[in-house]
Amino acid sequence: MSAYLSIDDVGITFQTEKGSFRALDHVNLKVDKGEFISIIGHSGCGKSTILNIVAGLLQATEGGVLLENREVDSPGPDRAVVFQNHSLLPWLSVYDNVALAVDKVHSKTKSKEERHAWIMHNLQLVRMDHAKDKRPGEISGGMKQRVGIARALAMEPKVLLLDEPFGALDALTRAHLQDSLLEIQRRLGNTVMMITHDVDEAVLLSDRIVMMSNGPAATIAQVLKVDLAHPRRRVELADDPTYNHYRAEVLRFLHGHAPASVAA
Amino acid sequence: MTMVTTPTQIKEAAEAAPVSRPSAPSEMTKKIRHVAAITLPPLIGLIILLGLWELACQTKGAMLPPPSKVLADTKELILDPFFDNGGTDKGLFWHLSASLQRVAMGFSLSAVVGILLGMVIGQSQLAMRALDPIFQVLRTVPPLAWLPISLAAFKAADPSAIFVIFITSVWPIILNTAVGVRNIPQDYRNVAAVLRLSPVEFFAKIAMPASVPYIFTGLKIGIGLSWLAIVAAEMLIGGVGIGFFIWDAWNSSLMSEIILALVYVGLVGFALDRLITVIGKKVSG
Ligand SMILES: Nc1ncnc2c1ncn2[C@@H]1O[C@H](COP(=O)(O)OP(=O)(O)O)[C@@H](O)[C@H]1O
Ligand SMILES: [Mg+2]
Repeated sequence: MSAYLSIDDVGITFQTEKGSFRALDHVNLKVDKGEFISIIGHSGCGKSTILNIVAGLLQATEGGVLLENREVDSPGPDRAVVFQNHSLLPWLSVYDNVALAVDKVHSKTKSKEERHAWIMHNLQLVRMDHAKDKRPGEISGGMKQRVGIARALAMEPKVLLLDEPFGALDALTRAHLQDSLLEIQRRLGNTVMMITHDVDEAVLLSDRIVMMSNGPAATIAQVLKVDLAHPRRRVELADDPTYNHYRAEVLRFLHGHAPASVAA
Repeated sequence: MTMVTTPTQIKEAAEAAPVSRPSAPSEMTKKIRHVAAITLPPLIGLIILLGLWELACQTKGAMLPPPSKVLADTKELILDPFFDNGGTDKGLFWHLSASLQRVAMGFSLSAVVGILLGMVIGQSQLAMRALDPIFQVLRTVPPLAWLPISLAAFKAADPSAIFVIFITSVWPIILNTAVGVRNIPQDYRNVAAVLRLSPVEFFAKIAMPASVPYIFTGLKIGIGLSWLAIVAAEMLIGGVGIGFFIWDAWNSSLMSEIILALVYVGLVGFALDRLITVIGKKVSG
């Protein structure tokens, strides 16, 4: 049986002004439907590059990505992306930002009323329906990221791609959003690939944690399966030996793979 | 309101009528002070300038009439801008309005063409490389240099004048719009790519709103150039228009009328500039 999402022997070489740069080398990963995968690694190792290849925003130099046995060669709403800096359009209201996606993706399958209901449903899902008429400039960073998630969920993607979605947020807001994301993902059964540099975030949310070696020619060094029962509650898990074991495992990996520039 | 007043206090205050109020400045005086701070300095500047001019031109052999003489000479023109004796013997309102109509047509044309062309050029690296140097050269051609070509092509005064406005003002609109499109953040392009927006949808929903500030910079430069161009062009093509009015006054040695017309030209140009700024602020929300 073939995997739902499969990254097959992906490598990428960037042509830059200073010559060519080998960013990724022999990256292989199979993701099942409904699985939550985190990718963790030091800054600059190539996490965003992998995500962008899966999104179709970048083309792999070698190898390829298969989603439901179809080659991924261009971006599309079946692989919705939540970008680190929210990327909401500042001239549109919260509602209209989600509507832009819904009206485009569901124009054939949903009537006008159904689309409106669907927009509101997704805003409620991230608890942002109260601010639907606000502009992105009028809401906090955490709220923007919620709207970004609502916009992505509203596309009903086969895979939800998140690039350090909570990286720029304060710890408390981040914890809230992690809980929301986990709860929504459990309920809807989305397949998720999330980039993070936060160990707790990775262990709390993931079914598997993909740990990357440092670049150049970065690749997947280790994959950790997280066998923690759901629902996962952060307060209870704080004293859980299994949780702390996973946490230590990831920390040890990151520590053992400190980037050369730090060691020097 | 900064103070809380109960009904009884108001009553007391009314009864004790002319008693002086507490010394804290009220909202009203604050507003007046604010308006004064904005209007007073330019007003004082103007008075000093007019005073110097008056002094400098009081002597017998002065080449320019002093402001007092300008005012006396043009009193009728100022007070009755709406007279119409047929032909080109009309009030200043009609001259200005004729010029503004030409600007409206020429500038609308250059706004539409400039924004569309700028969008297309900004999207394509190749088009930008190919056309940018040509535009950079063409935009330095002075308005009047286009007039002979324009007259040869259209063989009529009015369309030629409108064409001159168009060709003078279109370059900054194209160039600024193109820069705006090139500066659309990669994030917005990624959103468009993930949603698979068509080129037309990308243009209408992303490129256009994202480059509004740049477009309005271009429009602002463009409207200024339009106004420069029309006044100059009208001097040559004749007919009704503020440019022709100035030329006509020069031929009749009516210095005061020229000066009055220049004041109007300046004020209208300023108003046009403000108009574009205000619209730009409205559009970008
Ligand atoms: N378009 C590009 N051209 C050249 N080099 C790039 C490009 N995109 C990324 N890189 C390089 O590839 C490496 C991985 O980048 P990235 O995937 O953004 O890292 P991460 O997301 O893990 O921090 C970095 O060294 C970066 O400089
Ligand atoms: Mg990154």
